[in-house]
Amino acid sequence: MTFAAPALWPPTAQEIVFLLLGVVAAGAALLVVTTRQIVHAALWLVVSFGALAGCYLVLTAEFVAWVQVLIYVGAVVVLLLFGIMLTRAPIGRSADLDSGNQMAAAVVAVGTAAVLVTTVIHGFRTAYTPLVPGEGAAKPLGASIFRTWVLPFEALSVLLLAALIGAIVLSRTDIGGKD
Amino acid sequence: MHVVYPVVLAALLFSIGVYGVLARRNTILVLMSVELMLNAVNLNLVAFDVWLRDALHGGQVLTLFVIVIAAAELGVGLAIVLAVFRNRQTVELDRLRDLAEPGPEAGPGAGQGPGPGGGPSPGRGHGPGGGAGPGPGIDGTGEDRPPGDGRGLDENAPPVPEHDRPRGAGVVRAPGGAA
Repeated sequence: MTFAAPALWPPTAQEIVFLLLGVVAAGAALLVVTTRQIVHAALWLVVSFGALAGCYLVLTAEFVAWVQVLIYVGAVVVLLLFGIMLTRAPIGRSADLDSGNQMAAAVVAVGTAAVLVTTVIHGFRTAYTPLVPGEGAAKPLGASIFRTWVLPFEALSVLLLAALIGAIVLSRTDIGGKD
Repeated sequence: MHVVYPVVLAALLFSIGVYGVLARRNTILVLMSVELMLNAVNLNLVAFDVWLRDALHGGQVLTLFVIVIAAAELGVGLAIVLAVFRNRQTVELDRLRDLAEPGPEAGPGAGQGPGPGGGPSPGRGHGPGGGAGPGPGIDGTGEDRPPGDGRGLDENAPPVPEHDRPRGAGVVRAPGGAA
């Protein structure tokens, strides 16, 4: 669905906001994978996910944005911090958070980025859509979930239950099998 | 809104996640990088949902499902990490080498070289001697090995030179396991 696309440059106000949020998200993500302090990595993850929630808001996906804030910023990062504390990770600056194959990882990542960015720019250079507010609000999304996607939704609740029980079984030491 | 902006941002976030998975050594940091990659996919889904104006909101509903599955994955993953930490006292991926091939160029051979070479202790001195040198993760393989050695190297004298042992054990134990 391609409309008569305006030029890619100069960006509109929405796109400027999106670009700023995207720069914040990508920069914070870069700090997550390069910082020397493991707790700071979790906190930069909060910044990255928050900026990404802002990106969803700009893209009119309000409900997804708030779910992102609730689950990722609220739950997932707290879970990661619990994991950091429970594994007695070094809280301060530590030099051995990176393995020895940093250069190979950087080469692979830059190659992945080059291939993906080239492909998507070639593929979607002219793709344009005007943003209509309210498309991703709770009401249409809820109607869609509970009409069309209700079976995957229920299956997902069973999966969550299974994951919960699995995590409990893995975590408790007194109910495991004989070692 | 041009579709290029969110899609390029998603590609960059995915590449940053790839770098983090490959370059980080702490398991929790690897899990954070996996979350970054999942978020890149979520941004793609939202962008294409907005672009295609899906009447069923398939993209945004799938984004919600991915968020839920990511939370479940992280819960089970952290439970596994904590179980590993309970058993090994470390969550560093470089040291969890129990399933590695004991080849001549592999990590255990290189790591155990200096320990036994410095102090050639006969017989079962392999486990503590190797553990004091390289570290606890390799110690685990060292302690697992002597019973296999005893079965596999029946015709050999038990006080075989220490630095030959991992290589010899690997070579002899493979046919023993196959038979």
